[in-house]
Amino acid sequence: MSMMNITIDGKTTQVPAGSTILDAAKKLNVHIPTLCFLQMDELKFNNMVASCRICVVEVENRRNLAPACATPVMDGMVVKTNTIRVLNARRTVLELFLSDHPKDCLVCAKSGNCELQDLAEYFGMREVGITGAMSTYRQDVSPSIIRDMDKCIMCRRCETMCNNVQTCGVLSGVNRGFDAVVAPAFEMNLYDTTCTNCGQCTQVCPVGALVENDHTWKVIDAIADPDKVTVVQAAPAVRAALGEACGMEAGQSFTGKMVAALRRLGFDHVFDTDFAADLTIMEEGSEFLDRLQKFLDGDKNVRMPIMTSCCPGWVKFFEHQFPDLLDVPSTAKSPQQMFGAIAKSYYAEILGIPREKMVVVSVMPCLAKKYECSRPEFAVNGNPDVDIVISTRELGRLIKRMNIDFAKLPDEDFDNPLGASTGAAPIFGNSGGVMEAALRTAYELATGETLPAVEFEAVRTLTGVKTAEIQVGPHTLNVGVASGLGNARKLLEMVQSGEKQFHVIEIMACPGGCIGGGGQPYHHGDMELLAKRNKVLYNEDAGKEFRKSHENPYIIELYEKFLGKPLSEKAHHLLHTHYFKRHQL
Amino acid sequence: MVDKNQLRIATRNTGFIDPESVESYIAVGGYQALGKCLAEMKPADVIDLMKNSGLRGRGGAGFPTGVKWGFAAKYASDTKYVVCNADEGDPGAFMDRAVLEGDPHNVLEAMAIGGYAIGGNKGTIYIRAEYPLAIARLKLAIQQAKDMGLLGDNIMGTDFSFDIELKYGAGAFVCGEETALIASMEGNRGEPYTKPPFPAEAGYWDKPTIVNNVETLANIPAIIMKGADWFSGIGTETSKGTKVFCICGKINNVGLIEVPMGTSLKTVIYDVGGGIPGGKEFKAVQTGGPSGGALTYKDLDAPIDYENLVARQSMMGSGGMIVMDEDDCMVSVAKFFLDFTMDETCGKCTPCRIGSKRLYELLDKITIGQGTEADLDKLRSLSDNIKDTALCGLGQTMPNPVLSTMRVFEDEYRAHVIDKKCPAGVCADLLEFTVVDEKCVGCTLCARVCPVNCISGKPKEVHVIDQAACIKCGACLDKCKFDAIIKQ
Repeated sequence: MSMMNITIDGKTTQVPAGSTILDAAKKLNVHIPTLCFLQMDELKFNNMVASCRICVVEVENRRNLAPACATPVMDGMVVKTNTIRVLNARRTVLELFLSDHPKDCLVCAKSGNCELQDLAEYFGMREVGITGAMSTYRQDVSPSIIRDMDKCIMCRRCETMCNNVQTCGVLSGVNRGFDAVVAPAFEMNLYDTTCTNCGQCTQVCPVGALVENDHTWKVIDAIADPDKVTVVQAAPAVRAALGEACGMEAGQSFTGKMVAALRRLGFDHVFDTDFAADLTIMEEGSEFLDRLQKFLDGDKNVRMPIMTSCCPGWVKFFEHQFPDLLDVPSTAKSPQQMFGAIAKSYYAEILGIPREKMVVVSVMPCLAKKYECSRPEFAVNGNPDVDIVISTRELGRLIKRMNIDFAKLPDEDFDNPLGASTGAAPIFGNSGGVMEAALRTAYELATGETLPAVEFEAVRTLTGVKTAEIQVGPHTLNVGVASGLGNARKLLEMVQSGEKQFHVIEIMACPGGCIGGGGQPYHHGDMELLAKRNKVLYNEDAGKEFRKSHENPYIIELYEKFLGKPLSEKAHHLLHTHYFKRHQL
Repeated sequence: MVDKNQLRIATRNTGFIDPESVESYIAVGGYQALGKCLAEMKPADVIDLMKNSGLRGRGGAGFPTGVKWGFAAKYASDTKYVVCNADEGDPGAFMDRAVLEGDPHNVLEAMAIGGYAIGGNKGTIYIRAEYPLAIARLKLAIQQAKDMGLLGDNIMGTDFSFDIELKYGAGAFVCGEETALIASMEGNRGEPYTKPPFPAEAGYWDKPTIVNNVETLANIPAIIMKGADWFSGIGTETSKGTKVFCICGKINNVGLIEVPMGTSLKTVIYDVGGGIPGGKEFKAVQTGGPSGGALTYKDLDAPIDYENLVARQSMMGSGGMIVMDEDDCMVSVAKFFLDFTMDETCGKCTPCRIGSKRLYELLDKITIGQGTEADLDKLRSLSDNIKDTALCGLGQTMPNPVLSTMRVFEDEYRAHVIDKKCPAGVCADLLEFTVVDEKCVGCTLCARVCPVNCISGKPKEVHVIDQAACIKCGACLDKCKFDAIIKQ
């Protein structure tokens, strides 16, 4: 590849052809402020629309200033990044932004996590010299996401994420001029669109224009209500990232401290979604073996592959985008909903209280879970199986608000019976984890033999699409794993066209799986961070006494005392669901 | 009417032939240029001829057409596109429309020549949907040309094939910018993107694409037939051929003209345009539409060409020419253009989306008498920064009307902010209508026409206007037969 010489602020270097001025500046350790730019190569996510104009630099022999993020280096280019002309231009651009921004940082969900706020500080803005009318737009509140377009700076990251990475196509630029804004088609509300609530837009939004629908005060109210029994469950990926939201280093397991924190928040029973993950494997694994057997016997009424159904973003995605495949995903509910159903039946019976007295709170790495628990099929007589869902970020806020010193908490254990889990459960948070957990159980159920090695390395990478052939007894299974909805679409199109016959497919809507969920502490495109979270969950699995879901003694007890056996009528009633054809626009 | 100051090349056939008849076009030599290219010239020869002719883009920026074609020819690709930019959107300009409605085959022939030159066989005309007659005539012309083997497969029996389709724009001004035009043609939101890569390398569907304006194309068959020397013999050192202008505003002969490059503004305004109506004094002329600047009596003798206009802080633009007289307020003129660009910016980049609004607001503040001297500084510095940072040509030129009027008519701006007066008597908030006591005969006419009843006075006595209630509509001034009401 040919190399280009470039001089930036007097320092010279060589970069490969096709590099941008910003790439070269990074190499030279010259800081150029950026705002709209976001590069996440591993996700194939590049937002290089060059719309914000904060990164402009002076290029010799060029008439106007050039955006460093999107201007390719030409051989012999001479660039200056800190002249008065550049500083004035950047300052003007920033003042223009601030002149059309609410500046209500005191009550903004992104305060402290806002790239515009950081820039204002970086430029030492103490007053905004440019003033004028502000754009106004109605607030759009979906169960998962709040869109406050008054704060939007038109960086278009959400649009790139929604269209190019997730291929949902919900968000795009509408209107012209000062009224230009990012919105769904026909300026519909998010709730009425094909939005999957995956929340990845909130992960990339640099400001407070796209944030989660915060339910922390609802949780506080429920805990404070003396007439309610509060039951909390925490999803696997939460424990891999919660510390980050509480000021601790990433890459550690926060399980014990998380349990202690939940107890100190005042929840009456602190349980684990991992328990429900083991339960999911029992149902989904059995369903898979049942369907596989029928398929191999030539039953025309069953279709392969079976697809996982744990991820509510993914579920809504296929309901909108692939309505002809509604009979393909497993009918098993997600672990969150299985937990809710069991808590408000089995556990309410144990406590001897009516389900209405119980409030089930979920802590999830996910924003789509907020939507999922509101789906009418997950309620009995209007009483939802899961009442409130908060994200990892929100739990972090709650912990701080309740004066809990997270770092100094002791490690504590979950309550029983809904707190016990095997190593198959925590890995649900990683892309490939549900597949691995299912294979461990399916293998032993199908063959009656002990699985020689429980780790399926082929599905453990952070790659977006993974395929492998796995031997289960006499069967060679083609398995596919995708994380990110764009990758999911690729796999589904292969299924639709018959290009490849899969037996099992696992899909998670977010990059890297739940560890990169829309409700996790902001990853700001840092894939190394996701790799650290990923490792935490695999370590947790490795440290468990039992590694396979069907070995969980409390699961065995649940079936013995309450459900009968997997796929029993009672299990069907409580743990399985059905899907709906939804509009495609 | 023969006018010795005009020379018609691009519009040579408009008005003279039946635009709905291909035979009529052929009768005046139509499609001979395409035939000549296919029979006698290699693609490289055509490009050389275009380069030698010195033809430059008539859409505004003035990029040499032959060079653009040369770039596109250089890139190897299975498909290349010739795009005709017919998204004419400058206020008060309709040069392209006249050519498309009056001589559609001329444009089709030129596109086929362009396709032959760059090695492309697909053409698209991006035309605004508000030009229904032009669309109808283009459709008819394409069909006629196909029927005669002048378009489609194996044109004139050669192995060159070229097809043309129409794409309709929804009337967004920014879609005249070539990258936004391409985005719109692909079905995306009409927004520009950062160059490079230029369309000649990766344009429509990422294929090499040349985007040429209607008027540029309309010159090409004539250049092919008459040669590069003929064309480059017309005009100035750097600007060859002619330019079509749409002259309007305070001018006697409103309409389309085509004059050789290098013609002076004075000739255009006074000889071709017939001067200013009503014996009023010429004040300024805006060339380059909303992206250009105001030229004054100081510039009247300047020969019109690309470089000269830029040197005088205006630009050629696509050919809009708005003439203003002593009754025009230059602050209001700048505000008018900003109002236009503020509505037409796509909103992609910050300086254009928010900056245009802020410029407009500052101008508005000045015209309603609330401006300060500090606002003039703000206007200037904001304009400079927008020019320096905006993403596309629209944003980079949007402050031009402000900067040029501020430079040439600074006194007028200062009168607005310091004296709170509008010298041209346009800005209503700065005007006062008063009765001249000596002239008023007390006829009561003014009191009777006043829509807000703010004029009082008994018959045959001097009337008085209540300034607090006056809405400055000017009805009294128009009605008074004794010149007893003045505005100042």
